[in-house]
Amino acid sequence: MERQFPIRQIMDEQGRIVEHEYRGQITEELVMAMYRHLIRTRTFDRKCVSLQRQGRIGPYVPFEGQEACQVGSALALEDEDWMFPTYRDHGAMMTFGRTLTQTLLYWKGRTEGCIPPQGKKIVPPYVPIATQLPQAAGAAYAEKRKGTKNAVIVYFGDGATSEGDFHEGLNFASVFNAPVVFFNQNNQYAISVPITRQMKSKTIAQKALAYDIPGIRIDGNDIFAVYFHTKQALERARNGEGPTLIEAVTWRYGAHTTSDDPSKYRDQEESKRRRETTDPIMRLERFMQREGFWDENWANDVQERVNAEVEQAVAEMDRYPSANPEDMFDYVFAEPTWTIAEQKQAYMEWKRGMEG
Amino acid sequence: MTTAVNTKTLTLVQAVNDALRTMLKERDDVILLGEDIGKNGGVFRATEGLQAEFGEDRVIDTPLSEAGFTGAAIGMALNGFRPVVEIQFLGFIYPAYEQIMTHAARMRARTMGHFTVPMVIRAPYGAGVRAPEIHSDSTEALFTHMPGMKVICPASPYDAKGLLIAAIEDPDPVLFLEPMRSYRAFREEVPEGKYTVEIGKAKKLREGDDVTVIAWGAMVPVALKAAESAAKKGIHADVIDLRTLYPLDKDMIAASVQKTGRTVIVQEAHATGGLASDIVALINDTSFLYQKAPVARVTGFDVPVPFFAYEDDYLPTPARVLHAIEKTVNF
Ligand SMILES: Cc1ncc(C[n+]2csc(CCOP(=O)(O)OP(=O)(O)O)c2C)c(N)n1
Repeated sequence: MERQFPIRQIMDEQGRIVEHEYRGQITEELVMAMYRHLIRTRTFDRKCVSLQRQGRIGPYVPFEGQEACQVGSALALEDEDWMFPTYRDHGAMMTFGRTLTQTLLYWKGRTEGCIPPQGKKIVPPYVPIATQLPQAAGAAYAEKRKGTKNAVIVYFGDGATSEGDFHEGLNFASVFNAPVVFFNQNNQYAISVPITRQMKSKTIAQKALAYDIPGIRIDGNDIFAVYFHTKQALERARNGEGPTLIEAVTWRYGAHTTSDDPSKYRDQEESKRRRETTDPIMRLERFMQREGFWDENWANDVQERVNAEVEQAVAEMDRYPSANPEDMFDYVFAEPTWTIAEQKQAYMEWKRGMEG
Repeated sequence: MTTAVNTKTLTLVQAVNDALRTMLKERDDVILLGEDIGKNGGVFRATEGLQAEFGEDRVIDTPLSEAGFTGAAIGMALNGFRPVVEIQFLGFIYPAYEQIMTHAARMRARTMGHFTVPMVIRAPYGAGVRAPEIHSDSTEALFTHMPGMKVICPASPYDAKGLLIAAIEDPDPVLFLEPMRSYRAFREEVPEGKYTVEIGKAKKLREGDDVTVIAWGAMVPVALKAAESAAKKGIHADVIDLRTLYPLDKDMIAASVQKTGRTVIVQEAHATGGLASDIVALINDTSFLYQKAPVARVTGFDVPVPFFAYEDDYLPTPARVLHAIEKTVNF
């Protein structure tokens, strides 16, 4: 199966292009956008880990190491497409248009963090594993029924492939030829469980065979492979050729969440080694240096702008008005039922009485 | 109950661990299944050290699939094992709901006792620990409503160990709810070795003649705090920790509410269709003529358990409970 589903690269670890047919499409503009977003997501992610440590946000899910998967796939989308992310995909969400402030509010335990950015079909992160897949298949099928050219991307991890919803989502999309890209980030661990214990299959891409849809296995730390293969899958979807399963092989450097201690279940040297050899950002930098796109001043400028943007978002989060308990009651139904209306009134009166 | 002389000072989560260790030692048919329970020792460390001690065949890291490992555990229970499965958070039990509702809870009835499912499903539940979205549900009523399931919810380390051992030895399926908020809230002397706490029996934590306060799980400390404040105002409460949610301890509830004639029930879950409503019905059935005031319920609201920035407003607090106590007493 590994031979039938080889890990495809467009750029190798040294930043060399190995699939030359893509050369013409790798423009300076594209590369610069990729680099900017990679730096932006990584900087933001590290900031969040530190905010969590300071107690300024709640438990946080880091994605460092997986930036090429998230940025590359999100950049491949068109504005009108749909995104169904997990709790780890805020890198993809912010690349596709969710503001940093909103992302911070989400991790600060605020409902406002789930509001989609104006005009963008970014569904709030899915927390129960794999539940997003059937829904993404349905949203895609709806686009097909409406006769649009819009497609759907849905994210999930390697562990998610064990849930029934994974199989049900793929099967539904396959039967109805729905325009959806199932984008798997195989970071090789589901919390503490390595992929070799999660499944006997040697690849995730091969699971596409069962549904008779294309399955593609790519190097998830090669942003070109992610971008171009996702774009092609999206094009197939738009053209009525149905769903694709993409397995992007990657690695999370850090903990599963800030509440997790990875030293309990894996050797920390492995992350260190990967950081030094297969890091997605380092790889793009190598490419840029090799191809003459690299400009130290420009790169410093990118970093400075990103730092300023992140600091500004943190300041906005800190200034944000405190949580309004009425919000808890006001959005459950279009019209509140008498139960909720009465509970709200009684609680708010009591609360005002306590404060006043 | 067997008596054990030596004790250890344990938190609730350590008591769970101790119960599991005790039963893995005691019975070869006990087997643990769940996500991240082996090498990692569970995300709350409830199974810490158990895989190292008892091996990968008895403490099994399963694929990420609640329906899969719960269904497999039912099959093992049908075939001679006593599985204890861990659902990582109660909010993630729903994929397994079909397996539990339609099969675990019904097999004995369907086969007139020929096939049985002696298994335990452990699940941390509840809000109040600033957990991420959807990690804070307390949906015990979905299971107390389910014919064929026993439901347990300890509030203290001693009860957690004794009840978990009783659950493992019980011939029928048991849902064992662990209040996340109380996991490390306090320590208690817990006997070493095996002992059981009887399923179906509540515990009186405080004696008083003016009002009965009934709570379970993470709401027990809330009820106790409210009762302490009430005592300072001269109102003395019976505080009952239910411990078992199905079947309810009818005798203890009836005796107390017949004595006080006034009752406040504290429930973390949503108001409608909650266990508190069943307790009101039980009081109605057993003690209607003794009541001097309508039974009060202090509950979560009929809204999805909110993000943690709102959870202090969602959860019943000692102040809200005290308010209900005073209203009931002054009715
Ligand atoms: C239905 C369900 N079960 C369990 C969990 C707890 N949980 C959260 S993340 C996770 C592991 C997910 O692994 P994977 O799908 O590989 O994605 P990753 O977190 O590595 O991105 C688990 C078990 C959950 N969120 N939902």
